[in-house]
Amino acid sequence: MEDEGEGVRAVPLAGHVGFDSMPDQLVNKSVNRGFCFNILCVGETGLGKSTLMDTLFNTKFEGEPTQHNQPGVTLKSNTYELQESNVRLKLTVVNTVGFGDQINKEDSYKSIVEFIDAQFEAYLQEELKIKRTLHSYHDTRIHACLYFIAPTGHSLKSLDLVTMKKLDSKVNIIPIVAKSDAIAKSELAKFKIKITSELVSNGVQIYQFPTDDESVAEINSTMNSHLPFAVVGSTEEVKIGNKMVKARQYPWGTVQVENENHCDFVKLREMLIRVNMEDLREQTHTRHYELYRRCKLEEMGFKDTDPDSKPFSLQETYEAKRNEFMGELQKKEEEMRQMFVQRVKEKEAELKEAEKELHEKFDRLKKLHQDEKKKLEDKKKSLDDEVNTFKQKKTAAELLQNQAQQAGGSTTLKRDKERKN
Amino acid sequence: LTDAIPHHPNPQGKGEKSHGGDFSYVGIDAILEQMRRKAMKQGFELNLMVVGQSGLGKSTLMNTLFKSKVSRNKSVQSNPEERIPKTVEIKSISHDIEEKGVRMKLTVIDTPGFGDQINNENCWQPIMKFINDQYEAYLQEEININRKKRIPDSRVHCCIYFIPPTGHCLRPLDVEFMRRLSKVVNIVPVIAKADTLTLEERDSFKQTIREELRANGIDVYPQKEFDEDAEDRMINDKIREMIPFAVVGSDQEYQVNGKRLLGRKTKWGTIEVENIAHCEFAYLRDLLIRTHMQNIKDITGSIHYETYRVRRLNESNGHVISQTSDHMAVQPKANGQLEEQPGALQANGVAAQHEALSHEM
Repeated sequence: MEDEGEGVRAVPLAGHVGFDSMPDQLVNKSVNRGFCFNILCVGETGLGKSTLMDTLFNTKFEGEPTQHNQPGVTLKSNTYELQESNVRLKLTVVNTVGFGDQINKEDSYKSIVEFIDAQFEAYLQEELKIKRTLHSYHDTRIHACLYFIAPTGHSLKSLDLVTMKKLDSKVNIIPIVAKSDAIAKSELAKFKIKITSELVSNGVQIYQFPTDDESVAEINSTMNSHLPFAVVGSTEEVKIGNKMVKARQYPWGTVQVENENHCDFVKLREMLIRVNMEDLREQTHTRHYELYRRCKLEEMGFKDTDPDSKPFSLQETYEAKRNEFMGELQKKEEEMRQMFVQRVKEKEAELKEAEKELHEKFDRLKKLHQDEKKKLEDKKKSLDDEVNTFKQKKTAAELLQNQAQQAGGSTTLKRDKERKN
Repeated sequence: LTDAIPHHPNPQGKGEKSHGGDFSYVGIDAILEQMRRKAMKQGFELNLMVVGQSGLGKSTLMNTLFKSKVSRNKSVQSNPEERIPKTVEIKSISHDIEEKGVRMKLTVIDTPGFGDQINNENCWQPIMKFINDQYEAYLQEEININRKKRIPDSRVHCCIYFIPPTGHCLRPLDVEFMRRLSKVVNIVPVIAKADTLTLEERDSFKQTIREELRANGIDVYPQKEFDEDAEDRMINDKIREMIPFAVVGSDQEYQVNGKRLLGRKTKWGTIEVENIAHCEFAYLRDLLIRTHMQNIKDITGSIHYETYRVRRLNESNGHVISQTSDHMAVQPKANGQLEEQPGALQANGVAAQHEALSHEM
């Protein structure tokens, strides 16, 4: 490709061309596709996570409260289709069930980290597929993590610090003070300062609302200073004046959720949804996901350049690994084949043995049989001989008897003759 | 507080929920404004390629489309030997243009020498190579471990093919080029210098061209198979009935009926470029810039580029996969998950696609 050597210079237009419609074209395409937004709520049981979600999105998400009888920390994820004017949003809310309930909380953060990683992994798998459909892929990566801090009024719990430290490189963390109507206003300011300084001193990177775009820089930087947001959630409505407002009613007064003097709910909604939703999504994709991808690929042994500074392509390394894998596969196949052949040989030998034995047995039996037969024949022969002898004797005896009779007859004749004479 | 944020114009703010009954405003639709803000900040990129024999008015048309000198007219070259290159060259010029706050980096890729030789065999090859090289560059960046936040997009989004206004039919070169390139890039064919055709000649020429495209299985933009829904199809069908657009380009303004208009002045009249009764330049401009620019880029990215990527990633693996695809399913490995996937996916129809793509060049 030859460049004219002018570089890229700005050129004025002599009239209306019409590409100022590009943002509209882009937005229309996105509207057709729909949007995805995934929020993870991390916090101990009873801090009002579900209620806050209901309040934020103005709907009742779950039918019944979650069961809290599982042994470890489980993550429960629900996806909802919301629509406002022409925008369709696929909202996924993930709740940590059982967080902080265990006696030993050392491993509490693990299932959360695993869950976040699993979503990155799923996306990475899709991205690395040969035939892939990225544009219609349902993105489940977590775009925002709302970390619910218990309203103790003192400081962060060590569980909170440990968990947030483990999560800050994987997800955009927005810390909030839950059920903040439990803290008096004077204590709240101190609490917020304590939390912020603890986060800073422990090196926890929470999500900063972006200040590079001039149209939102001012409001974002103001909001950054209000973190963590002290929120109150409620789906119950109370009549104040002549309007129905979301509020929590106490004997001593009513906390109005959307009253900025009472709590920071409106600020949270403004930042999370109305101003920075897109930025949260972009940070997730370009920072957290890229980090995950880089680590994962390096772990698997892929490199961009080798020591000779010749750039490896992922493809080549991929191929090399594949060949290695193939080689191993073939080796295994060979082994299996060998084993199979061996087994066959052995079995064959066994069978041959058995056959031989059988033959021998047969021969033996046959011989036995023949011997018996011979014996019997001999016996029969001797018997026959006896019979013959006997017969002979009998015949001889009969002959003698006949002769004797004849002789006797002739003797009688002789006597008779003698008488006559 | 609320005044500081430019909300998407929706005064009532009442929304319908598919869930629950409250009707207060949440503000989900503010994301449209957030997206618009982001787009304005980032700016856009557009890469257009013009292909056609010399003298068909390619540079002039580009300058007319963008109302500025974005493409250099070759005929003003001082050195006559340089005028017609011996082989097809690829010349790329980029400009930053801005309109109502929307910034765009426009790259016009010229292809001097195309179709100008006596023997034009394989003159599409340098062009194919260039297009594929851009896909390759993008792929290389995409598969890097440390990759840029925004991968610079130099892929050719649209190739405008200039058909000489013979009035008869497509030449073998036209057919050959479009047949091959429609598989890798969006092609928008135009009838160049259409002011030499009468309206009847133009219509019959267009009809012949459309039939020939159909007969040769050439899918030009907007391709039927990528229509997203019925509404899309309706709009695109209308466009498909009009292509190729018969265009006239000009960067000279003349006074017509008291107005200054872009046109070509002849002894028998002035052809107004932006007058749809005279030529179809306005339709081309609307298609390319005002309505379908995003769509053109999407098709390039999600279809042409993906096709290239599939082929590229399969290249070395083609013959091995067919033997071992069954084995792959049987052997789950800890780190084999990555390699297993492609194998499992290879089984379905990729071999066929591989075949179909292999006789491209």
